[in-house]
Amino acid sequence: MGYPHAPHRREALVLSKHFGETEATTLAGWKKRGGYAALEKALGMPPADIVNVVKDSGLRGRGGAGFPTGLKWSFMKIGDGKPHYLCCNADESEPGTFKDREIMRWTPHALIEGCAIGSYAIGAETCYIYIRGEFTEPIARVEAALAECYAAGILGKNAMGTGKTINIWVHRGAGAYICGEETALMNSLEGKRGNPRIKPPFPAVSGVFGQPTTINNVETLAAVPPILQNGAAWYKQWMRADNPKSTGTKLYSVCGNIQKPGNYEVPMGFPFKEFLYDLCGGPPQGRKFKAIIPGGISVPIQTLDEAESSFMDYEGFVAQGTMLGSGGVIVIDDSQNLVKQIARAARFFAHESCAQCTQCREGTAWTTKILERLVAGDGSPEDLDTLLSIADNMTGKTICVLSDSCATPVVSGLKKFRADFEALIKTKRTILVPAVA
Amino acid sequence: MSHAHTEPYAPVFTAGSARRRELDELLTRYPTKMAALLPALWMVQHDRGWVSDDAMAEVASVLDLTPAYVKGVVTFYTMYHQHPVGRHFIQVCTTSPCNVCGAEAVVDAFLRHTGCFELGQTSPDGKYTVIEVECLGACGFATPIMINEDFIESVTPEKVPEILSGLA
Repeated sequence: MGYPHAPHRREALVLSKHFGETEATTLAGWKKRGGYAALEKALGMPPADIVNVVKDSGLRGRGGAGFPTGLKWSFMKIGDGKPHYLCCNADESEPGTFKDREIMRWTPHALIEGCAIGSYAIGAETCYIYIRGEFTEPIARVEAALAECYAAGILGKNAMGTGKTINIWVHRGAGAYICGEETALMNSLEGKRGNPRIKPPFPAVSGVFGQPTTINNVETLAAVPPILQNGAAWYKQWMRADNPKSTGTKLYSVCGNIQKPGNYEVPMGFPFKEFLYDLCGGPPQGRKFKAIIPGGISVPIQTLDEAESSFMDYEGFVAQGTMLGSGGVIVIDDSQNLVKQIARAARFFAHESCAQCTQCREGTAWTTKILERLVAGDGSPEDLDTLLSIADNMTGKTICVLSDSCATPVVSGLKKFRADFEALIKTKRTILVPAVA
Repeated sequence: MSHAHTEPYAPVFTAGSARRRELDELLTRYPTKMAALLPALWMVQHDRGWVSDDAMAEVASVLDLTPAYVKGVVTFYTMYHQHPVGRHFIQVCTTSPCNVCGAEAVVDAFLRHTGCFELGQTSPDGKYTVIEVECLGACGFATPIMINEDFIESVTPEKVPEILSGLA
């Protein structure tokens, strides 16, 4: 449902069905809603069969990259004599994204059930849910739900009476965007600085504590119990007829200059135009949409034309010059100068760079300085060329994609909204908001 | 939280203490001692208000690490305070989604009403520290803020005086 709104009739409620229901946060409330039946079913299946159902469902990673979940799980070789680990990436910090937060706040047991099934399917006895440090309420809800599960024998040394060990623990982050990158997350979990690691080796070979590891996003894992319970075909009812590569439902976090910000869950392939106007209520009164960033701040900015022509799935957004990403929809209206927001995004990346790679450490800092100079009314036409040159040096050349993510809004902004940059250079006028006296 | 930072550091993980038991239980969850570093630092900050060099040395000794290593980790993460902060540590999100919704005016309002002259500075009465924070992950509820461990959503400049008057 469009939490905090009433559900819209065109939403498809799978993950968000119980958002806003306090009772659903408890074990009893969750069981009343059919909870843990999928886990019971899973524990009676061979792990490979679970992996196959998830593969057949077409479920892909909801954190941003969109990697097929079943395929990722199949990389874990059960019986190799090594301890396996599942990590749940709950370090939700991509600007524009706040869906995992709602899953954890309202349906912590959905996530725990998904983690338990995932652990069993990949042969892991331990799962860590790595939650960003600022999410104090989600942490408390998930920890309370875990305590209920241990007390009820759902988790622990004899999970649901099957003799199998499934332990799930919360690990609290401490303020670092980069720990949402899977290898940085593993380093952080090990008690290290959150520096991303060079791949290969991939986590399935050498992950956390040097052991085979799978990392999945909160939304991905929360989708597993309903898929297992209802079958792959059920999940595939939600897709565009001509695009079987994106299946199921997707949660979108909507924010910025829009009438009804919040979370919405729609089928893959939903028309973005109808989404923005019918579900989210369109732009604020008297204004028009100017630019849309549909998948968190790291994906290319769309013009309104591109956005209105998009279908909301992995391929649909790529066809219109951007990416589905995390599903964090940032809407910017015609009262804003894009340069200021791109500068703010650059400052974010400069702050969050782990500083391992020169291109990123220097590139994010210089990009920010030049953009802030433009915003202050001190820019020159050459600055635009310099920005593109720096962006080129920041793309595809570093250990992780934070550097690329900083370059993305600069390049797409300059390509699609060059007038905003040129207006600042021509008028030499600052668009900084004067501090209130 | 204790904020009397002129006093000598009182260890948190003394033998037989509740914190020590908590840490020992935590260590059973991980195959290495080092993995308990972030949680141990959280405990120290919770109990002492910030993470001092003495605190880092204590954590290092209970986890068989060096103080330098612990400092390296502490300095990576923004949420560990390396200096004492005001009794109410106020973080205002100003990243792009909140920025387009007017977050800068919320920051100004907090600075003005708390008597903090600058971001990161503690007010003369020791009550408040105000900082800008990068994306709090609640963009649909602009502007979200955190005061210590509490989240407040949809803050506008007009609501700031009332929020502050509710703090002890």
